[in-house]
Amino acid sequence: MDRFLFLTFDGLSRGAVYAAFALALVLIWRAARIVNFAQGAMAVATAYVAYSVADATGSYWIGFLVAVVAGLLLGAGVERVVMRFVDHSSPLNGVVVALGLVLIIQGVLGMIYGNEFRPAAAPFSRDAFEIGGVALLSRYDLFVFGAVGAVVVLLTLLFTRTPTGLRMRAAAFAPDVSRLLGVPVGGMLTLGWALAAAVGSLAGMLVIPTELGLHPTAMDIVFISAFTAAVLGGLDSPIGAVLGGLIVGLLLSYISGYLGATVAPMAVLALLVVVLLSRPDGLFARSKARTA
Amino acid sequence: MSTEKADPGLVLHHITVRFGGLLALDDVSLRAGPGRVVGVIGPNGAGKTTLFNVICGFVTPQSGAMTLDGRPFRARPHQLARHGIARTLQGVGQFNGMTVLENVQVGGNEKTAWAALERCEVAEHAGKRPGELPYAKRKRVELARALASRPRILMLDEPAGGLDTDEIRWLADLIRDTESTVLLVEHHMELVMSVCDEILVLDFGKPIALGTPGEIRTDEKVAEAYLGTAA
Repeated sequence: MDRFLFLTFDGLSRGAVYAAFALALVLIWRAARIVNFAQGAMAVATAYVAYSVADATGSYWIGFLVAVVAGLLLGAGVERVVMRFVDHSSPLNGVVVALGLVLIIQGVLGMIYGNEFRPAAAPFSRDAFEIGGVALLSRYDLFVFGAVGAVVVLLTLLFTRTPTGLRMRAAAFAPDVSRLLGVPVGGMLTLGWALAAAVGSLAGMLVIPTELGLHPTAMDIVFISAFTAAVLGGLDSPIGAVLGGLIVGLLLSYISGYLGATVAPMAVLALLVVVLLSRPDGLFARSKARTA
Repeated sequence: MSTEKADPGLVLHHITVRFGGLLALDDVSLRAGPGRVVGVIGPNGAGKTTLFNVICGFVTPQSGAMTLDGRPFRARPHQLARHGIARTLQGVGQFNGMTVLENVQVGGNEKTAWAALERCEVAEHAGKRPGELPYAKRKRVELARALASRPRILMLDEPAGGLDTDEIRWLADLIRDTESTVLLVEHHMELVMSVCDEILVLDFGKPIALGTPGEIRTDEKVAEAYLGTAA
């Protein structure tokens, strides 16, 4: 039972990061109908910048803030400079361009920082403290829960309580109708990409210290798990992304704990295949929810 | 037509639009002065919606010009609201993933949205999704969304389509009561004749008549365009 509880909390902590990353994918999918395969590489790029700033200033938190701001700028830049000019008549075009971005970003990072793993410090201890005699949670886990929870609350408030969020949703649902109502659809799309990249950067900053460290491909496996989470929850559903992230996190934790860590990546891929075959719209997506 | 700066309202000067070999609008001129209700009628394919799309910036004319209060006007769709122009669509064109109130708020703000919903008598449905409402109520929500921006010029594209007699009567009252200039594209002749100050008739993109409802009713070219024979 102790082991099960430990694995549950560990899975929820990991799943919270997947949830944040899946949320970033869903934000862009809802706004632009593109699966941003470059999300992981973009997050790593901002993490490199963040840790460079943290090294230079001696403050992790300045680096953390820089990561989020760099994510905002990178997301906006990718949309304005690259994605806006992609011919979206075929959904494949955006995917191919995103995959190209992955190669470019990873290549540039390798040239600047090298291709060896670099240590990435966590701001809090990752040693679990005991609750009722069972080692369940670390301070870092609590930080992860708090950060992801704050992101979910802030995004929910943005989309449900602010005129900007309302316009972002409208622009995503029906761009032409939104334009007639005075919504600057292009600006909303840029903002959507910026927010998504910032959330992705935050997820990167949370997960990289728990992996092997900084590396141009550090987020590749995380991306697969987060993509599975987004598909599981339904690419149109922010709530689904959060729940999907937690489910994938728990699944990975249980399988790693009971069957071995080497089986876990295969389990994620198997889950992805099963969901795509049986519920391609996701477990929580409402059918035809986006019709304008 | 003149383009003096004192010329109030929206004026279209000799608008021509071609789609490849098709002449969609052929030298169309129109003036919609403040507070006027101007109808645009014609058989299917006459170019009525194309004319609306020119005003909204969805279609760029090959020749001609527009002025708004005497100044050259060439809107892009997202700038219409800034110019005080609102448009409804032939379909109801609503955001089904959002509530009725949220739909209307996109066109204005919370205060103007509530006022518009009350004016269109659908405030009680504010928390529902548009898809949960009957068609006639959704049309009212569409109208409320346009009114929420408090437009100077209200463009209504077939607002009576699919409505019953009572709903059309209610719509006619709303058009008469509004302080906005109204541009009305509509097939329902009784509505058009009862609310419009002036009517432009298009046939295959060409203006064939412009006048008061009484003048249009007795115009032989109009009868021929609609009935295929002179009256």
